[in-house]
Amino acid sequence: MMRHPNEEELIAYREGETAQRESITTHVAGCEECRKELERIDAVLAALDALPVSDPGEDYERRVWQQIASRLAEKPGRWWDFSLAGRRAVKWLEPRRWAAVGAVGVLVIAAFVAGRLTKREAPVTNAAEAAQVRERVLIVAVGEHLGRSEMVLVELSNAEPRDPKQKQINIAAEQRRAENLLEENRLYRQTALQEGDAALASTLDELERVLLDVANGPEEVTPAQLETLRKRIEARGILFKVRVVSKELRERQKSAAKPPAQNDSAKKEGNKI
Amino acid sequence: MNRMKDSVESAVDSDAIAVERTLAGDRDAYRVLVERHSRNLYRLAHRMTGNQHDAEEVVQEAFLRAYQKLGQFASRSNFGTWVYRIAANYAIDRVRQQRREEARKEKPARDDLYGTETDPVNLVTDGKPLPERLTLSAELREKIEDALGALTPAERTAFVMRHWEGCRIEEIAEVLKSNSGATKNTVFRAVQKLRRALEPLVSARAQARAMGTE
Repeated sequence: MMRHPNEEELIAYREGETAQRESITTHVAGCEECRKELERIDAVLAALDALPVSDPGEDYERRVWQQIASRLAEKPGRWWDFSLAGRRAVKWLEPRRWAAVGAVGVLVIAAFVAGRLTKREAPVTNAAEAAQVRERVLIVAVGEHLGRSEMVLVELSNAEPRDPKQKQINIAAEQRRAENLLEENRLYRQTALQEGDAALASTLDELERVLLDVANGPEEVTPAQLETLRKRIEARGILFKVRVVSKELRERQKSAAKPPAQNDSAKKEGNKI
Repeated sequence: MNRMKDSVESAVDSDAIAVERTLAGDRDAYRVLVERHSRNLYRLAHRMTGNQHDAEEVVQEAFLRAYQKLGQFASRSNFGTWVYRIAANYAIDRVRQQRREEARKEKPARDDLYGTETDPVNLVTDGKPLPERLTLSAELREKIEDALGALTPAERTAFVMRHWEGCRIEEIAEVLKSNSGATKNTVFRAVQKLRRALEPLVSARAQARAMGTE
């Protein structure tokens, strides 16, 4: 380029938005005047670069969620969208969802059968009997679910690269399991809420958040990213809570399995389920 | 490089999963998206609006709007880029509206926006800053804010997205509802205006540094 590039051309060059990159580079290399002009533009842009953005705080992400959560509608976007409904229907046909659906189905059937069996002989205790049966089924199913969840979280906490030279750790397998557990978790949480078991529902809610974090993260993580995830798991104390609830459920299961003190035929029939 | 590409792709994939879950009625999946992208949006919004309060409002509104429109988004593109564009659109609308509504509001206290401890000019010094340096840095900060404030909303948006956020001209053009050629001109015009406003002070600072008085 023979002539000196004008200011606009130099700015375009500085911003990487010019078709004459090579010719300007050659010109600037041999022209002190243009080099100084470019340096002056650079100095202004460098001063702008230094302008800080005020830090919104460490827990900013969480705060944003807290601020908007209550303002979100029940369903996002166009829930009546046919294609969307179709996609949901297809998702519900996936086999992995049937395990959780089945468990809750068992609960419903168990409650129904308990109701039927106790109806004729002890109408006064119907509701209590049905509730007991539901609780027992829930205890067993949730206990198993918590055991599986605990295993995933423990494996994740102990995950290491297969080859120490590898900089990334593949947690795809744990993610898929977390994803499957999420479906179950949601159903159990809702059931626990309906059953009025607030403590269990709360633990399941916390577990769900951790499972979501795992399921929605990248498949390949760096040791630093994994460490962050571990810290989040630790910070929530979820493993400890899961273990405590699991133990509690096992005890409840044992006491529920003991023969009833009362000589009540309806109760015995209910216990067989 | 491939690894970086892979991790970007897997982040996009996991965003797509979270979007699907949100559409299926799982609000916690949306929480993952909010927590993942809020800081990026905040940075953009802060540079576009110039203050923390407005920036936080922009971020919240962007996520609320994205949630309402999520059915229309339907994973056709990258959620991060999409919500970022919503934030940029909302920020420019908000700044334009504020300009229309407020003839000239009293400037907020600079130290509230950028504390002296985070001043980049002070950060490069080893010992205690000299009084001249403090004055100069505060003056420069104020000048920068004024210069950015004097840009039109479109110029500020174009400059922020291009210079600080490294967006492509086409992405900026989409937010400005303009074409590539006009958008390039808007970026250049913004740089020219900033240069006119800041160069005297920046040069004086450089000279002072060269003479050892700063």
